[in-house]
Amino acid sequence: MSDSIDRETFDHLVGLAALELDQQQADYLLRELNNQLKAIRELAAIPLDESVPASLHGVDFTIAESPALREDIWLPHQDPGEIIAQAPNTREGYIVVPDIPHTTLE
Amino acid sequence: MELCDLPAFELSLLLRQKQISAEEITRACLNRVDQVDGRSGALDSGELTAEDEQKVHAFITVTRERALNQARVVDKKLADGEDPGLLAGIPFTSKDIFCVRGTPSTAASRILANYTAPYTATPVARMEEAGAVMIGKVNLDEFTYGSSNESSAFQPSPRNPWNPAHVPGGSSGGSTSSVAAGEAALSLGTDTAGSIRQPAAFCGVVGVKPTYGRVSRYGLIAFGSSLDCPGPVARNVVDAALMLQTIAGADRRDSTSANKPVPDYLAMLEQPVKGLRVGLSPDYFRIAFPDAETGEYRERPLPTDIEAHVIKAAEVLAGLGAEIVEDVPMPNTRYGIPAYFVISRVEAASNLHRYDGVKYGYRTPQPPADLTQLYRKSRNEGFGLQPKLRILMGMYVSAAQYSAQYYQRALRVRTLIRRDFEQAFDKNGKYKLDVLLTPTTPTTAFKIGAVYGDSVLMQYADQLTVPANHAGIPGISLPGGLNQNRMPVGIQLLGPDFSEDVLLRVGRAYELATETEDWRKIKPMVLR
Repeated sequence: MSDSIDRETFDHLVGLAALELDQQQADYLLRELNNQLKAIRELAAIPLDESVPASLHGVDFTIAESPALREDIWLPHQDPGEIIAQAPNTREGYIVVPDIPHTTLE
Repeated sequence: MELCDLPAFELSLLLRQKQISAEEITRACLNRVDQVDGRSGALDSGELTAEDEQKVHAFITVTRERALNQARVVDKKLADGEDPGLLAGIPFTSKDIFCVRGTPSTAASRILANYTAPYTATPVARMEEAGAVMIGKVNLDEFTYGSSNESSAFQPSPRNPWNPAHVPGGSSGGSTSSVAAGEAALSLGTDTAGSIRQPAAFCGVVGVKPTYGRVSRYGLIAFGSSLDCPGPVARNVVDAALMLQTIAGADRRDSTSANKPVPDYLAMLEQPVKGLRVGLSPDYFRIAFPDAETGEYRERPLPTDIEAHVIKAAEVLAGLGAEIVEDVPMPNTRYGIPAYFVISRVEAASNLHRYDGVKYGYRTPQPPADLTQLYRKSRNEGFGLQPKLRILMGMYVSAAQYSAQYYQRALRVRTLIRRDFEQAFDKNGKYKLDVLLTPTTPTTAFKIGAVYGDSVLMQYADQLTVPANHAGIPGISLPGGLNQNRMPVGIQLLGPDFSEDVLLRVGRAYELATETEDWRKIKPMVLR
């Protein structure tokens, strides 16, 4: 397993996470990430038979135990304006955002 | 005793006998809030004062007028001879991780501070349909990420009513402190690694983590979607059963809610426990944690005052005819936290990507050059450190090159944790347990500031509660007594899937058998 997260990898993660950190935050977060990795590393020592499957949920779900799916039909919201009004910047029922950056693919 | 200190089931009886009104009950709770809560949590709240340090600060939003209006509706229904519902007139608080239409629903984060929910979460809706009165929305760790409430962006964060210099636990610390202080009879919390049971233990109240799927997650602001469980906080087991009865059951808006009939918890509550098999496991009487310097694991027995309370509870249950089964192996308990560090972070990172400064919530006031900058600045300014930590860890351990060694492996370790419980509860197995009796927490409530900032040590506060979340099974934390510093000690009962009826029954038997003990007469410090 990787020993620790280096600064370059950390900076890459910060970009992917759409964050922008000051130095103090970055130092704290990198330190804590590596402390947590030390704890996670214990997982590597567990003998895991190939037959042990992954559990996405603790409780098994079957179709019989899940609520029936709703019909796939379009239902208008009673007041879409109420939802749009939550957006920080709107104009004429649309959400306003700054320019979307474009990159030309080579 | 004031109305706000009475159990919900007694209030319900007095209300139906028309000896009191729902409005009187609500006003009693609001008066208690005025007496003990101090200022509500808020952004940029300034320095703490000496008075702040003596108050509970459970709330972010007190919904005073809304509550009084709800109470008046209940009183009118009673006057008109209508059935006002199972929880009519009973005051409750809601952890501010649940959307409630027309109320600020903040997740204790700056990024949602200005968000007003346009719909109501199913568990809250069910409480209100049953006539319960919501007193307000209570504080929590930001997005539920913590075990002390100190990470809330809304300060002052809640304090422990038994000693305000100590944390209430978390993340449902506002829920448990509001119930312990008599600000409400009930509270709706959530439990992802122990977030109902751990603060319930710290605040000396009852907390139930239902089986995953027993209570709908619709309208819950998500953290770990495969782990999150809404559940009751109450001052006694009867009230917890009343509340679970109300909120449990399938919901077509949550496809992971279980389509299983909800038993009549109240009907079975005072059935005898004679013959039930109650297990004790040595793996729940020691803690394992990594050394901060070396990362090496160290094992340590639990503090003797915690262990002694659990052993005493076993003796009480044995005296009622339960059969105590010792030395039940639960060898994968110690892997609960490492696996949780991976699984919960992956799910949290996924759930937090929706906050972008565009659709709702916080947007940076700085004029961004483009959309990417808008995302980055809004998320940086809107999220506190704990959400950022979870996003970064979640992205790292699920990255293509690391997923097999971290995320996929953690999911397989989760299977091992589940198997421990399956073997212990197997009716044809060696142990045939009905319940496993354990401590809820490795310590009593720690002092404010003692752990905060050390994200690893903080997470290990959930070491004895998190296995149930991995396995999906139900658990309940009960007040088990007070330590020598008069701080509450919690005991935990764990059972197989959908065995809430048995857990509540065993809990009620313990409660009745100890109801005359001296420690039950002692009030939290803020009420003395």
